[in-house]
Amino acid sequence: MGMTLTEKILAVHAGVDHVKPGDLINACVDVALGNDITAPIAIDQFNQSGAKKVFDKDRVILVPDHFVPNKDIKSAMQAKILRDFARAHNLTYFYDAGEMGVEHALLPEKGLVLPGDLVIGADSHTCTYGGLGAFATGVGSTDLAAAMVTGEVWLKVPESIKFIFKGKLSKWVEAKDLILYTIGKIGVDGALYQAMEFTGEAIEQMGMAGRLTMANMAIEAGAKNGIFVPDAVTEAYVKNRAVRKYTFYESDPDAEYVKVFEFDCKNIEPQVAFPHLPENVRGISDVGEVVIDQVVIGSCTNGRIEDMRTAAQIIKGHKVAGGIRLIVIPATPYVYRTALNEGLFEIFLDAGAVISPPTCGPCLGGHMGILARGERAVATTNRNFVGRMGHPESEVYLASPSVAAASAVLGKIGGPDQLQ
Amino acid sequence: MKVTGKVWKFGNDIDTDLIIPARYLNTSEPAELAKHCMEDADPEFAEKVSPSDIIVADKNFGCGSSREHAPIAIKAAGVSCVIAKSFARIFYRNAFNMGLPILECEDADRFETGDSLSVNFDTGIITHMKTGTTYHSRPIPNFMQELVQSGGLMKYIQKKIPKNPRL
Repeated sequence: MGMTLTEKILAVHAGVDHVKPGDLINACVDVALGNDITAPIAIDQFNQSGAKKVFDKDRVILVPDHFVPNKDIKSAMQAKILRDFARAHNLTYFYDAGEMGVEHALLPEKGLVLPGDLVIGADSHTCTYGGLGAFATGVGSTDLAAAMVTGEVWLKVPESIKFIFKGKLSKWVEAKDLILYTIGKIGVDGALYQAMEFTGEAIEQMGMAGRLTMANMAIEAGAKNGIFVPDAVTEAYVKNRAVRKYTFYESDPDAEYVKVFEFDCKNIEPQVAFPHLPENVRGISDVGEVVIDQVVIGSCTNGRIEDMRTAAQIIKGHKVAGGIRLIVIPATPYVYRTALNEGLFEIFLDAGAVISPPTCGPCLGGHMGILARGERAVATTNRNFVGRMGHPESEVYLASPSVAAASAVLGKIGGPDQLQ
Repeated sequence: MKVTGKVWKFGNDIDTDLIIPARYLNTSEPAELAKHCMEDADPEFAEKVSPSDIIVADKNFGCGSSREHAPIAIKAAGVSCVIAKSFARIFYRNAFNMGLPILECEDADRFETGDSLSVNFDTGIITHMKTGTTYHSRPIPNFMQELVQSGGLMKYIQKKIPKNPRL
């Protein structure tokens, strides 16, 4: 029996010829990642274990992206734990304010996570790197601590589900819409413990930013990982940034999938996930009248330069509607600088937006755009759980950068076609 | 090992933001996190819960973030175990890794807030104290049992590779 892309990567990292779903393996990790929320607990466990040094100072990566620049004294103490640890262990890749970006946008951009890698991160959206053809999955702080010591992680080989996206995307339909549509079809536990493999014509034509967006939200369907077969698009993205060698794997023709879904892209319009679960998805034509207070464009899902360009293209020449706060958050210093150089900031500022430094910020209700009771936001982020962006009685609607940008101008949820 | 406790019932897809909202994640202090356990699902939960009580939920408990603060908050609130129809995978790992017992039980929807349950972790049998009815939970995989018996993942790796010079 052949193997899927996911199974091949796991087999290689476990040092065996073949794995099948359900096998428990102990695998080597290429990268172990932590942030300012999860790493403090991992560092405490690391220190308690008596370990003297990390397994590889080039492969333990810390990014304090959630609350840095420190939002309060408590978070400052957390971030300091990372700073002190990074210095003490001479970590090669520690990104503090100024160099820091949202971790899952930053690591691919820096060439630190690569095709064929096995990556674990103490952050659920670590699955983003599947966009590069890597096996990447989120774990907790204790798993991170163990990997920091041993360079290994135990994993159960997941079953795989294949998603085939046929045809071409309609106007204003983006990668975000495909993944929201998929989650709407299978539910927030529709891929629980499983691998989601994305294929088809629309995927082959998709750029790296879109693939990262889709893999990013695999966790919102409960998946262990999301993954794309690496190709010429992948090669073009990684070749000049890779810090190590990388390997392309592809699924065998006789690989086994527990389910196969086929979606025809011509039936997919821009999507909006209503509160309070990412599966509560409606097409933009079924949204109705939803008046909003805030729009957030950013995050590990949609904070890349391509997303900034899309949003700016729609906002150009318009003003943000009265009473709406538009918060634009370039995900990394590179995205920030590029958006500035390309004149995108001019467009956002002219429209009345506020531009934030790179941070996870409001996505998880941290800072930089918290909602009051009863307020509503459209966000290009990944979760719309109760209280996710602030008050437990506030609401988050998930959408693409195009829909978010158009909604900021309209003052209510709508697509770019509704703009005059 | 056996525990007996009173049920606090929750629904489907109880996410990690409901278990411990991110606005409290500027600390990882268990006692501090326990004060806000389940706050956005039931604002009085932390005050009402008593030691050894049991959280019961439907499907996909713990979905969302990888924050280990979620099982830490539940454990520090005094909850003895969580029973659900299914768990999100990162929460499942985290619970075992930091020593919060959790059980997958198809019949979780039969229990209501206020019920008294007795749970035997060795057999996986859950007994409804009032009716005497017994329910089976899914057996815990051998590897996970080994993890629990070792005292969590960090103890397990220390035991497993005693010759590793890094330890």
